[in-house]
Amino acid sequence: MSILAQAAEPLTSPEFKTAMSAVGAGFAYGLAAIGPGVGIGIVVGNAVQAMARQPEAAGLVRTTMFLGIAFTEALALIGFVVFILLKFA
Amino acid sequence: MNLAIVFPPIDEILRWKPLFGDGTFAFNKIALIAFFAAFATLALFYVAGRKPKLVPTGVQNLAEMSIDFIQDGIIAQTMGTKKDDLKWTSYLTMLFFFLLFCNVTGILPFIQMPATARMGIPAMLAIVSWLLFIFMGFKKNGIGYIKAAVVPPQVPFALLFLVVPIEIISTFLVRPFSLAVRLFANMLAGHLLLVTFSVMGHGLLFAETAKVFFIPMTILPLILFVAITLFEVLVVFLQAYIFTILTAVYLGGAMHPEH
Repeated sequence: MSILAQAAEPLTSPEFKTAMSAVGAGFAYGLAAIGPGVGIGIVVGNAVQAMARQPEAAGLVRTTMFLGIAFTEALALIGFVVFILLKFA
Repeated sequence: MNLAIVFPPIDEILRWKPLFGDGTFAFNKIALIAFFAAFATLALFYVAGRKPKLVPTGVQNLAEMSIDFIQDGIIAQTMGTKKDDLKWTSYLTMLFFFLLFCNVTGILPFIQMPATARMGIPAMLAIVSWLLFIFMGFKKNGIGYIKAAVVPPQVPFALLFLVVPIEIISTFLVRPFSLAVRLFANMLAGHLLLVTFSVMGHGLLFAETAKVFFIPMTILPLILFVAITLFEVLVVFLQAYIFTILTAVYLGGAMHPEH
């Protein structure tokens, strides 16, 4: 039991907390950026393809593309907010 | 020898001392920028509409172009072209320009603080958009709006138990949240990037050791600072546009749920 108590004690120290939130912050943003990066690539790639095939529909495709980007990007931005919260708060 | 660059605490970057007043109603730089944005929007359209000419020049030209842009680029593509839809031009134009002026202070030299990098303004505008689209949905469709909003057409009955809760969460809970966080986080990210390179440049310019070596290197963060400022010009316009167009999409979806 005393070994467990010794092992548990440093986990509550402020340095350990700061270190772990720094590590967590890095992972939070890094992992959150993967999916939206791929997603925005797919969205814009297909939009360019659509515009090249039908240049007369370019305006509509561009509007829809920005909407798609906005929805996809939200996930990365939530990751960024989590990063800020872990790092600074 | 201390080579490490100390990043200032987040409070020093974002929390401004009140110019006057204190507590909740303290008037700080953010509030000043918000007032500037409101007056700039007002002034732009006041000057444009003061002496309207048949062949527009200068400010009137800009105002007419932006109204055309809101009508053709945003409303016609997301809501429709009926009179009821075009009625929203004034609100959406105002929203776009207010957000644009709030954002653009992030890249104006010597101000360099976007008012939208604090949660207050995005959250408030997102709540207004949220209330507006729910109100318009009920006004146009009556109580049937709830069904139109949460039950997508042509979904098998058994799947409804899964789809309806998801639709309720995504329409009525996530929309205002993501609308506010998208704008806020974009502007905050840009601001923090600019701060990072400013701090780097400051660290190199005022290096205490090996000055001959470090001071010329100040040019590197300076180049990146200018490059990111140019990128921010794009973000400033894009975020104002996206907030406006998403408000229009939500309003259009609430007013014409059959689409």
